[in-house]
Amino acid sequence: MRHGKYPFIVGFLFLPIVLYVGLVLWPYAQTFGYSLTDWSGASQDMNFIGLDNYTRLLDDEVFGTALWHNLLLLVLLPIVTILIALFFAFMLNVGGKGGTGGIQGVKGAGFYKVVFFFPQVLSIAILAVLWGAVYRTDQSGLANGILIKLGLSSVNDPVQFLSDPDMVMWCVLAVLVWSGVGFYLVLFSASMQSIPKDIYEAALLDGAKRGQTFFKITLPLLWETVQTAWVYLAIVAMDAFALVSSITPGAYFGGGPDHHSELISTYLMRSFLRNGEAGYACSMGVVIFFFTLILTVVSLWATKRDKIEY
Amino acid sequence: MTTIDKAASVPGQRSSGRRPAQDRSQRFGEGGGVLNVFSHGFLAVWAIMIVLPLAWVVLGAFKTDAQINGSAWSWPSAFKFDAFGRAWEKGIGGFFVNTVIVLLGSVTLTMLLGSMAAYVLARYEFKGNKVIYYLFVAGSMFPVYLALVPLFFMVRNLGEISPYLGLNSYAGLILVYVAYSLPFTVFFMYSFFRTLPTAVHEAAMLDGCSHTRAFFQIMVPMAKPGLISVGIFNVLGQWNQYILPVTLMQPTSAGEADHSMLAQGLVNLALQSGYKSDAPALFAGMTIAMLPVLVVYLSFQRQVQAGLTSATLK
Repeated sequence: MRHGKYPFIVGFLFLPIVLYVGLVLWPYAQTFGYSLTDWSGASQDMNFIGLDNYTRLLDDEVFGTALWHNLLLLVLLPIVTILIALFFAFMLNVGGKGGTGGIQGVKGAGFYKVVFFFPQVLSIAILAVLWGAVYRTDQSGLANGILIKLGLSSVNDPVQFLSDPDMVMWCVLAVLVWSGVGFYLVLFSASMQSIPKDIYEAALLDGAKRGQTFFKITLPLLWETVQTAWVYLAIVAMDAFALVSSITPGAYFGGGPDHHSELISTYLMRSFLRNGEAGYACSMGVVIFFFTLILTVVSLWATKRDKIEY
Repeated sequence: MTTIDKAASVPGQRSSGRRPAQDRSQRFGEGGGVLNVFSHGFLAVWAIMIVLPLAWVVLGAFKTDAQINGSAWSWPSAFKFDAFGRAWEKGIGGFFVNTVIVLLGSVTLTMLLGSMAAYVLARYEFKGNKVIYYLFVAGSMFPVYLALVPLFFMVRNLGEISPYLGLNSYAGLILVYVAYSLPFTVFFMYSFFRTLPTAVHEAAMLDGCSHTRAFFQIMVPMAKPGLISVGIFNVLGQWNQYILPVTLMQPTSAGEADHSMLAQGLVNLALQSGYKSDAPALFAGMTIAMLPVLVVYLSFQRQVQAGLTSATLK
């Protein structure tokens, strides 16, 4: 029976590993090597310049701004998305009328779950074009159209959304939250449904209010899922390239107006494809790599706690 | 997968909750009334925020250029499909076909190679097994654009080996899609193969079945639910992929065929003002790009939701 086991294992693993190492791991590794050179990206000429790219990053104001914007997203995106998703998940699963006794979700919970999930299955590129149209700076944009209808904005002086340096990051954040809530709602719903209803019923027998059941039962039991969600959202916040590069103003991968929505990813791509500074771009990649790595390790370490079995 | 079972068991539990004493349910109902109106309000507002922009885009495909550039609230005067025809001819049709060709190859190959690797890693003991598994899992932790610069040159070098594999080639992009989909596919199918019973497989091996045959004729049929979940996930993910085709599918010389993927082509057309004079066609193009994924999602929404969430929760 053991006959031919190793040829079989090698045969099955060979192609997947070649592809994965060749096209995923090797490029990741190469990024490190190139970050130590002054490679322009156009020719094969490159000189080893040690850590010069990294010292240059320290003084690069645009990179600083980009890093700051990434950090802003890193903090705000998970908080806002998780709070809204948790609230909705609680509504959909235990927020319903208690008239029949027991715990249930509101009517139409299934419908809401399906609809809220829509943005998640659409390409970020489509979302970008869609929101570009929504954020148009005249009355033909949906957002301005609504604001003008409500009397909060006027035809002659519409809200500038993406062209306003103070608003552009908030607009980006809004789109990310808008598209992300559905996924985390479904995620939280799934783990809420795995909490036995008897726990709620016992709490209600003891006189707990609805709000108390949320903070004393649901949230502690969901904590692990919330932290998983945090890690995933943090990765999204570090990326956000497709959205920012296509909806924000600015030639070559957006980031405008005047770097007010610049992210490391957009700056990296511009340095590589436009400015001919592939080596410099790679050093930014390495910074993000360690950023993501530290972030993941810290959150996995912080989330390590005893699993509650029920 | 567990989420489906759990979801299915909820109604049963709910009805059993009917038995307990009346006063408790009344007390719970008190706060519930106010909260119910409140929560329905919020849920409805959010649902409108999701549906309104999407419906607005679909409606835009039927408006005239003047209506779109006039007010956001204009209503199409006639439901004619000519904007769809114009969008299709302006390149969306070609992008659509390109995307279908690439996806046929890449999803098939992802599923085949991904489940092969996952199966061997999940069911066979050998040295380095864990290392290879964690290597695959680690790949899904980092944003793709970290690898973009070297990847671009790697694919360009592949093109020097064989013209079918280089930049702006279907096969090259298929291989890249497969490579970047492998981590999640292996991760998901690994845990799925672990949950399958071993008895059937052992019986087949005793009857002299080869390892390869046992995989294709016994394990793959048994793993069908998992394969469907991760398959749909890969279809959606690769259909919506943006940054990889943007980097790899640029014509390398003038006059070369445009092999753009749908999402990429759409953004290019929107940015390069290919639709400056024809906004309805842009909206029609967006509708064409949105519809297939929404249809796939609505038909398989249980599997999609279960697949996405169970993979994240594990």
